[in-house]
Amino acid sequence: MPSNNMGPRTRVGQAHYIAPLEETPVDEIDKLDESVKARSTWADAWDSMRRRPMFWISSVLILIILLVAAFPQLFSPFSPTFCELKFSNQGPQAGHPLGFTRQGCDVYARIIFGAQASVTVGVLATLLVAVFGGIVGALAGFYGGVFDAIVSRVGDIFFAIPTVLGAIVLMSVLPVRSAATVALVLALFAWPQIARIMRGAVLTARNSDYVMASIALGVTKFKILVRHVIPNAIAPVIAVATVSLGIFIVAEATLSFLGVGLPPTVMSWGNDIGQARTSLRTEPQVLLFPSAALSITVLSFLMLGDVVSDALDPKERARR
Amino acid sequence: MTQTVTETVNQNMSDDSQPLLQIRNLEVGFETQRGLVSAVRGVDLTLYSGQTLAIVGESGSGKTTTAQAVIDLLPSNGRVTGGQVLFEGRDLTKLSSRAIQDVRGSLIGYVPQDPMSNLNPVWSIGFQVEEAIKANNVAQGKEARKRTIQVLKEAGLADADQRLKQFPHQFSGGMRQRVLIGIGLSARPKLLIADEPTSALDVTVQRTILDHLATLTRDYGTSVLFITHDLGLAAERAEQLVVMYKGKVVESGPSQQILADPQHPYTRKLVAAAPSLASRRIQAARADTVDSEISGGTGALDADLIARAAEREADSSDADLISVKNISKLYRIRQRGFKYNELLAVNDISFGVKKGTTTALVGESGSGKSTVAKLFLQLETLTSGSITFDGIDVASLQGAELLKFRRRVQPVFQDPYGSLDPQYSVGNTIAEPLVAHGVGDAKQRFARVTELLDQVSMPASTRYRYPSELSGGQRQRIAIARALALKPDVLVLDEAVSALDVLVQGQILNLLTELQAELGLTYLFITHDLAVVRLVADNVCVMKKGQIVEAATTDEVFDNPREQYTKDLLEAIPGGNFVFGR
Repeated sequence: MPSNNMGPRTRVGQAHYIAPLEETPVDEIDKLDESVKARSTWADAWDSMRRRPMFWISSVLILIILLVAAFPQLFSPFSPTFCELKFSNQGPQAGHPLGFTRQGCDVYARIIFGAQASVTVGVLATLLVAVFGGIVGALAGFYGGVFDAIVSRVGDIFFAIPTVLGAIVLMSVLPVRSAATVALVLALFAWPQIARIMRGAVLTARNSDYVMASIALGVTKFKILVRHVIPNAIAPVIAVATVSLGIFIVAEATLSFLGVGLPPTVMSWGNDIGQARTSLRTEPQVLLFPSAALSITVLSFLMLGDVVSDALDPKERARR
Repeated sequence: MTQTVTETVNQNMSDDSQPLLQIRNLEVGFETQRGLVSAVRGVDLTLYSGQTLAIVGESGSGKTTTAQAVIDLLPSNGRVTGGQVLFEGRDLTKLSSRAIQDVRGSLIGYVPQDPMSNLNPVWSIGFQVEEAIKANNVAQGKEARKRTIQVLKEAGLADADQRLKQFPHQFSGGMRQRVLIGIGLSARPKLLIADEPTSALDVTVQRTILDHLATLTRDYGTSVLFITHDLGLAAERAEQLVVMYKGKVVESGPSQQILADPQHPYTRKLVAAAPSLASRRIQAARADTVDSEISGGTGALDADLIARAAEREADSSDADLISVKNISKLYRIRQRGFKYNELLAVNDISFGVKKGTTTALVGESGSGKSTVAKLFLQLETLTSGSITFDGIDVASLQGAELLKFRRRVQPVFQDPYGSLDPQYSVGNTIAEPLVAHGVGDAKQRFARVTELLDQVSMPASTRYRYPSELSGGQRQRIAIARALALKPDVLVLDEAVSALDVLVQGQILNLLTELQAELGLTYLFITHDLAVVRLVADNVCVMKKGQIVEAATTDEVFDNPREQYTKDLLEAIPGGNFVFGR
């Protein structure tokens, strides 16, 4: 093509410009940068989590709470059941930093030993909900059809009953009241939430191109569910489960407070708060400390849940 | 590009010698977890009133960021870190966000890339156009309504007053883009920024939209700043060209001069890889057999391979490997209540594919070409007709037989970002078909993955990486490696290169051609892009509305199209008639 055939005169600032090659070296097309370290989505999530102080604060708190729950005797030299009426409603003194209850029991010891029941119920209920709700939701979302319709409607029915209300009714008729039954009852009313989230996430993953590719490769449906769909749908479930662990601990305390949760023989924060009610005006610290322990525990799990869900959501991560 | 300020600022000169837009040494950075990443590194460009200037570059070159910086539309984590954007002598980067609002829309119009997501689905078209008119103070009250109708008429919507009350989902992609162009031009701005305005549209629609845009901007004397990845389109539509690469301008100037005589090595690569140009080359190479001079740029097709393809064409006289006979596919789309609408996605089509050849199914969106691929892959069931593969009716396959079929026929999908499981490392992804079919033990699979990575020219260490770390082209190579793992006979390539940048696309097409020659593969190539078809296909079936309108060898279709529709498609390839330099 002749170069004089280029239309009107060249104007100022529009002359043919070629960047010096030293300043703009051309790379090999689409070359893989091998110097960058390989990393998975989970590694990325971990990377984003560990940059946030909230993650460390909540993790350390949760670790302490779990340790206390597992080995309470390491943290308190006194037995929570050793009560002497002569100490009734006394304030803090040496060796008993939080004072005594009306029965003369050490408040600190009761809090330390009460952690076990609360944490057990929380962890157990969360596990039950995550496993049952997760499996049911995944199957419903993946296979669809009649199974999905039934599961969704049954879930809706349970969804319509407030968890605590349903639990109060059920607990008041159950012959055995223990950490296991409380967890079971709570899980019974709470699984539809996880199932719904799992179902939604599975539906999204099921329609992705990589699932289509796997079908065309000849991978069986069940293997696709286990290997591709669930790993890609699990993130929101983990996030919600972490938050609901805290909520279950609150629910246990609520039930115990109302007298339908754990029996009074079991040491638990809910029971203690319930008993402290009577001496609220004279000795507020008896109510205050178990409540604070409960709040800190729940808050730790909520904070961790928040951090985890942010870390597992790449969009949220990009914004930070 | 001269940067002396005194030359351009001369009050005595006539109005048109003063640049409308002048970008000087612009630098833009993005705040990320890893600190400030610079996206635009010292860009200069000059645009006079009434001119059209195109910024060309691949994804990540900073072309869109440059345009966004002009009207302060950068994402929240982006900011201008240096340089000036002079619009009629005013530095836009120094304006307050309040002042830039007055510039946006009324002085500088903007047409976004994706017509599907840039109209609000809950408001009627009329409301949205009127809103823009009012916001830019073009007219108020009753006047505004009148003006809305006028804008829609100008946008080429015949029954504009009826159309006002309709919602975006009732408009086709092309119509929506017309509306967006109408909104962009409603205040008669002096400059219109069009960011890939037609990339999401079919070629024939693209042509009418661009013609329409050209007419309007010529009538109003509007300058246009085009952002595009398509060199052909830039050549056809813009007088001035700015080629960007990695945030820098590598070459700029009059577009014809640049394309006829590219100087910078990157521009040369880009010109060499532009499919509309390369398609001519193949033709030439076939006519005068092997011309060693032609096989130059890495992105362009190898003359050697073309010769082999010609050979293959010559001895492929035996029976069809794939034979499609009178197939139809009817979809029932659920309407409100219990009513169904019927959609005949594929309407009685037949074709055959010989072993070792490439047959391309070409058509615009909604032509049913992808449905044919899914029917053949047994991902959808036939409504009627039959497909035989190597003498076996594929619809009757069950269990182990189906598994055997899946082993021999592998797909590669369009979206390289969606077709790989993000939780799987590359090694596991490629090994998946081997595991699923129980091929070899762990050690043999490991070796096979290494071999496959080598076949698609990826380093062996890639096996430990995850898809999110790879570029689109690299992911597509992984997808091809996965498809090749079981040593299949047929690859079904569904828009396999459509989402890739030109240079990467050329590279993948080269790879596919090499693999075909090496492994004797048969390709069923589904695409909307005729220019790509020219590069790789032996036979072409042109599809329209579920039917094949023309089927012949590639040469026949390109040199001698019989159907008007095929002619229209060929006509509409941007820059198809432009003579590029070498």
